[in-house]
Amino acid sequence: MSSLRKPLIEKLTYGLLGGSFGFVFLCLMVILGIVFYNSAGTLSLSFLLQNPTDGMTKGGIFPIMVGTIYVTLISAVMSVPFGVFTAIYLNEYASDNAYTRLIRLSIRNLAAVPSIVYGLFGLAIFVKTMNFGTSVLSAGLTLGLLSLPVIIAASEEALRNVPASYRDGAFALGLTQWQVLRKNVIPVAMPGILTGVILGISRAMGETAPILFTGVAFFLPETSLSLNSQFMALPYHLYIMSTQHHDIDGVRGIAYSTAAVLIMLSLGLNIIASLIRYTYQKGQQT
Amino acid sequence: MTIPILMESRDFSLAYGLKWAIRHISLPIHKNHITAIIGPSGCGKSTYIRAFNRMNELLAKTKHEGQITLKGKDIYAADIDLVSLRKQVGMVFQKPNPFPKSIAENIKFGPKIHGEKSKSTLTDLVEHYLKKVALWEEVKDKLDQSAFSLSGGQQQRLCIARALSVKPDVLLMDEPCSALDPIATLKIEDLMRELEKEITIIIVTHNMQQAARISDYTAFFNTDESRVGELIEFGITKNIFTNPKHKQTTDYITGRFG
Repeated sequence: MSSLRKPLIEKLTYGLLGGSFGFVFLCLMVILGIVFYNSAGTLSLSFLLQNPTDGMTKGGIFPIMVGTIYVTLISAVMSVPFGVFTAIYLNEYASDNAYTRLIRLSIRNLAAVPSIVYGLFGLAIFVKTMNFGTSVLSAGLTLGLLSLPVIIAASEEALRNVPASYRDGAFALGLTQWQVLRKNVIPVAMPGILTGVILGISRAMGETAPILFTGVAFFLPETSLSLNSQFMALPYHLYIMSTQHHDIDGVRGIAYSTAAVLIMLSLGLNIIASLIRYTYQKGQQT
Repeated sequence: MTIPILMESRDFSLAYGLKWAIRHISLPIHKNHITAIIGPSGCGKSTYIRAFNRMNELLAKTKHEGQITLKGKDIYAADIDLVSLRKQVGMVFQKPNPFPKSIAENIKFGPKIHGEKSKSTLTDLVEHYLKKVALWEEVKDKLDQSAFSLSGGQQQRLCIARALSVKPDVLLMDEPCSALDPIATLKIEDLMRELEKEITIIIVTHNMQQAARISDYTAFFNTDESRVGELIEFGITKNIFTNPKHKQTTDYITGRFG
């Protein structure tokens, strides 16, 4: 009896697991397929390098890409150092007590807070209280807050995974705590930290809600790199092009191409992350 | 002729949090000799050896009573610099723990951190210490390869070389052979005999034959009924193994428990 049932269970399990994988893979392929199929004819090099023209029915998305990259950079400048340093402090220096556990739990929970809440917070703090106005600075800081918990959690995880023997060995040679961290712990944790950083940044890059109230503009005739000015961004542009435009059917191609560019930017970031990880790991081994 | 005493623990006790792990331990560590600490699992051997370079404090909150002295000075005194203490009292761990770097970089690591900048000196140091642990001939053609490419026994000898590279006076060895095969173990034991001429060694070992083979002095630890480690007997190794004074020691070395 059981000898008959065992192979059946094996097969069912395999079918369930493999089927799930197949389904997820298919979904991804369909999404990518639809996006890229519909952007054919619009997506081109000149689309990337031109300004939108004729009431955003023609032209490209150059200033919109610049806006997204700019706001993402600002968010990274704020979130990467604070996030990584916080993780190092929490994992290496802070003592493990009820207080720090509460802080850790809060950080974990922050990662699950809906992004629109960050948007409202950014509006209240950066736009109003700190008087930065609706600007790329306010939006960048808001996005920075959004990626902080992801960066902190991933960096802490990476630091925790460094084998204790690397620390012990270094301490036993008479290294100070910072020397141990700098020489033996952080280099080993670096690939994990970078992964967290890139994940956090790419999450911020694709968000719409946090920038909606804090700085993104429907359309700007001039591109400005001033921190006080508003900006255009890919996710919001995509939203306008697919729901708010006066000629939605006419700009379908632009909407899909915008989506394709956003996907490729994310993919690009992830490829960069993998490359950095790969070189780091290779450097470690030699 | 009296043998100078390099380190000494005087009525030393150590607790993790509120729980005492070892209590009232007094014994001398003789210069340029090997002192073995033996005893059953959980008797505080590792805790005790880690008290000599204050590694216990890295893991948890500890408190202590009594003293451990190095050259007459209490290493638990308030003005002790932990960094310089750990430079003087090096350590080799149970599991070989080379750093994820090349063989050469593992040796250069300590001297570099402590200020050695000259490339040629560092290169010389690599050869010097690898020769000292009898590893040079085996690895001289692959110094730039990862330390993980070595076998377990080679890794442990590399770790000993790394510990020696900062010129400690004392080398603590916490069951250095427990993860190694018998041949690698013998190599480490030969090495210890060789090193003893220049350095003072304290070794924790599970292996009584090992203690009998290599050590000059042996301390036997056991736990009392409340699971606190204490020193039962200390003396010249030959006497401990041939003529133990305590019944517990006799029972342990004859294999009746542990």
